[in-house]
Amino acid sequence: MDIKSYFTPDVIGAVYLIAVILFVVGLKQLSHPRTARNGNLLSSLGMLIGVVATLFDKEILRYDVIIAGILLGAVIGTWLAKTVQMTGMPQMVALLNGFGGLASFVVATSEFYSRQTQFPGDLFNYVTVVLSIIIGMITFSGSLIAALKLQEVIDGKPILFFGQKMLNALLGIGAIVLSVTIILNIQNGELANAEMMFLGLGGLAFVLGITLVIPIGGADMPVVVSLLNSYSGIAVAMTGFVLGNSALIVVGTLVGASGIILTMIMTKAMNRSLLNVLFGGFGATVSGGGGPAPTGTIKSASPEEAGMILDTAESVIIVPGYGMAVSQAQHVVKKLTEYLQKKGKTVSFAIHPVAGRMPGHMNVLLAEAGVSYDILYDMDQINDQFSNTDAVIIIGANDVVNPAAKTNPQSPIYGMPVLNVEEARTVFMLKRSMNPGFAGIDNELFYKNNTLMVFGDAKKTVEGFLQSLEELDK
Amino acid sequence: MSELMLTFYVFIIATFLGFEVISKVPPTLHTPLMSGSNAISGATILGALVVAGHGEGWTSLTGILGFLAVVFATINVFGGYVVTDRMLQMFKRKKQD
Repeated sequence: MDIKSYFTPDVIGAVYLIAVILFVVGLKQLSHPRTARNGNLLSSLGMLIGVVATLFDKEILRYDVIIAGILLGAVIGTWLAKTVQMTGMPQMVALLNGFGGLASFVVATSEFYSRQTQFPGDLFNYVTVVLSIIIGMITFSGSLIAALKLQEVIDGKPILFFGQKMLNALLGIGAIVLSVTIILNIQNGELANAEMMFLGLGGLAFVLGITLVIPIGGADMPVVVSLLNSYSGIAVAMTGFVLGNSALIVVGTLVGASGIILTMIMTKAMNRSLLNVLFGGFGATVSGGGGPAPTGTIKSASPEEAGMILDTAESVIIVPGYGMAVSQAQHVVKKLTEYLQKKGKTVSFAIHPVAGRMPGHMNVLLAEAGVSYDILYDMDQINDQFSNTDAVIIIGANDVVNPAAKTNPQSPIYGMPVLNVEEARTVFMLKRSMNPGFAGIDNELFYKNNTLMVFGDAKKTVEGFLQSLEELDK
Repeated sequence: MSELMLTFYVFIIATFLGFEVISKVPPTLHTPLMSGSNAISGATILGALVVAGHGEGWTSLTGILGFLAVVFATINVFGGYVVTDRMLQMFKRKKQD
């Protein structure tokens, strides 16, 4: 007897259920760094089981196309994953989101073309096919633009032009009208028309993904990457509806929920609404406006002087930002941390939720350098510690340490939760030059009495700190 | 209850499950969470396999679309799991001495 006859839809469904359980348990184990790696393995085991069971599906008649596709995909995917630098992780995640969206789009497209023969079909099916097409395609082109922006192939700044919002609105309405027309055409048996319009819908969604992401600036990328992550999940859930596959619905919804949660955490950490992030074009204006510019004098220090102050400090908090990633300073930061710890000082890291270009970006870089995860603290955990800290070292962060967010109601970032660095005895602000931060907002912190600016490349400056400390110990 | 209604039940319950499970993930693991959940969303491959194996092969539209869907979904699966593992093995805790 043919082995496939054992794999009835119910048997395959039961195997899918095991796979789904493994996914959920895997995600649950991500709640602690100790169990997280095991969780990821369980999750991949779930995927393997699901794939193997599917290969016994009666509808599968030939394997050459499948094997070729899996081999090519596995080589590309593994190569990407093995070669990407940790600093390039935001682009990598954006790109993977894009491939997920594209896969959902292609599955839905082929369902559309193969279902036509079974006309008239089910109205609900066509609705989900159309949604799958739109969400899948927007996820793809949007993620592509996000990845290109993060890689700085195209300008990371918001790209704004006249009538942009109008164009987006028109494209959105166009997509809805086209979707309804396609479904009506199918219902009336006008298949050739529907087929043509179907191509148009894919194209429209492609353009919409681009125009939606292009006005969003680099500092807002954590929100966009999280949101696209969520879209890629929703696209999978839609594919599940299209194919009547409950496993895909559950899986897609899990991923969708994960992306939405991260998006909410990010927007909350910026004190902005999602709509404002998506359509605000934040940071496009150079001056940033916002009331009187802070006044006072700026004091700067050389790395040698900074080293001397650090030598006498007992507690040090390091605040990393995107600048640390840009100058690849994480390894020398780890060396400095170890050196300070060896001298009996307590060193902690304060990580703002939107530091970097994606949720958890700084944590990954510090983990890569070998910094123990139990000295990394979230904003809420560490914010009341600054007042009894001797020295704060800010490496390439700017807006997340701007006290104007608390004191100046006219500041564009007023109300955003920030790290209370100015409460520490001495604040070292590492900066390449006096240019304002990404959002183009002047930072009051620079003018505080206890702030010392240390100009130069972050990596070189931290090396300078370390050398200075070593000189003192000779 | 129709099959459609049952599907909606699954969808809604899964939403709650997702929020429950994901909100327990600490901020320090948010990047691996994204890449790991990304790999899971590569489950589209289950649909892609059926499309690719339909039997019309390389010369048909569904064959080509199926091939592409399998390639994209597999990139998602392999890229996601491998990169997540690479990240997670770096998260270490130093013993205090």
